[in-house]
Amino acid sequence: MAFIEISRLKKSFSGQEVLKNINFSVGKNEVVAMIGPSGSGKSTLLRSLVHLETVDDGTIVFDGRYLVKDGQYAPAHDVKKITSKMGMVFQQFNLFPHLTVRENLEIAPKVLKIQPVAEIEKRSEELLKKVGLIDKKNAYPAQLSGGQKQRVAIARALMMQPEIMLFDEPTSALDPELTGEVLQVMKDLAKEQMTMIIVTHEMHFARDVADRVIFMDQGEIVETGSPVEIFNHPKNERTKVFLKRVV
Amino acid sequence: MSFDYFNMIIRPMLEGTKVTLWLFLIVILFSLPLGFLITLLARSRFKIVAWFAQGYIFVIRGTPLLLQLLVICFGLPMIPGIGEYLVLPRFTAACIGFILNYAAYFAEIFRGGLLAIDKGQYEAAQVLGLNRWQTFRNIIIPQMIRVALPAVSNETITLVKDTSLLYAVAVPELLHFAQTAVNRDFTIVPYFFAGFIYLVITFVLTMILKRLERRYQFE
Repeated sequence: MAFIEISRLKKSFSGQEVLKNINFSVGKNEVVAMIGPSGSGKSTLLRSLVHLETVDDGTIVFDGRYLVKDGQYAPAHDVKKITSKMGMVFQQFNLFPHLTVRENLEIAPKVLKIQPVAEIEKRSEELLKKVGLIDKKNAYPAQLSGGQKQRVAIARALMMQPEIMLFDEPTSALDPELTGEVLQVMKDLAKEQMTMIIVTHEMHFARDVADRVIFMDQGEIVETGSPVEIFNHPKNERTKVFLKRVV
Repeated sequence: MSFDYFNMIIRPMLEGTKVTLWLFLIVILFSLPLGFLITLLARSRFKIVAWFAQGYIFVIRGTPLLLQLLVICFGLPMIPGIGEYLVLPRFTAACIGFILNYAAYFAEIFRGGLLAIDKGQYEAAQVLGLNRWQTFRNIIIPQMIRVALPAVSNETITLVKDTSLLYAVAVPELLHFAQTAVNRDFTIVPYFFAGFIYLVITFVLTMILKRLERRYQFE
């Protein structure tokens, strides 16, 4: 069985259908890139997985457990438990500005007491080294560049030991010369077999890193396939038009 | 101005300053938390609670503080039937009036502080698994304080000067003793002296608040 299984997902915002009957699944250790024009519903779909959006109908199964079944959500406690296995990285970073880099990483694990404090602190050191920001551990977010902020945000999400990482346009708010450092961290994660769903406008990155590419348009999944299939031999006319515009 | 004269008026005026400072401290101590509570009530999911809190803010901010003080000190005891139970020591009554008034202003300031916080902060906290209260305590309140601090400082300075309204409800404080000396000795000196004391208080306060603001800079 797939790691994440999504079927017949529907959502409307004030009468506007943003997700129309979405079906797809993600396997363990798979890296999925979601591409498509803005307003196509990619971000909404991603946010639905961590319950930042509530869907109107459909089913989401995560590792055999229902987050929502035919539009009926699991009890709040179960929802929390299921979504706690997912880490999320936002376009706008959403770091906590009143906390240092290190505190940003440690606040949630410490408040939730998921591990002994010493272990949490050891882990935050390791992760900051991993994203190359150990020398910034006592800096405040305001003192960091966009690329550094996003790397902190990734490390912060990893602190909770997620089984899947969701990226919502992680490089869209960055200056072009800063996207590389963030993409590199994501590539490393992919190499370590992290399951990832990435909403992105970075076509080269999607081509290089993703196992599978999903093209969305107007609230539907139009086409899905390997990077080669989507980028080199797109079948659907809408996919072709979109790729011609962006590549 | 002779030294003897200075010596004569300084004692009662310092006595009055003590009353002024006490009122100030008591009001700050109670009106800040009360104001925060009112902010929360005004955002309540229960419409009736929210309306009540908003109505409270509307009435308090829409009427003069002096009127409120007069009502509490002299008005309430006149209510037939229950009035006799509402006679409070004048200073206590004044404290209550000030606290109720300043809480409404602080509530509005805190509301603004909460509005200034990006919804991404709530989302990030939620995705990290923090519940509503944990998010509020660890993420939202510290940021709200930073945003609200300059306005709170301003209001705090205003409170120092507003304490002189005690004069109108006949609680002897700094200004009262100054006025007494002016009437008695027919000299302007006590006014200046009172002004100087207010300046010293607000100066010290400004320093403390500046320090606090620096601590909440996060940079």
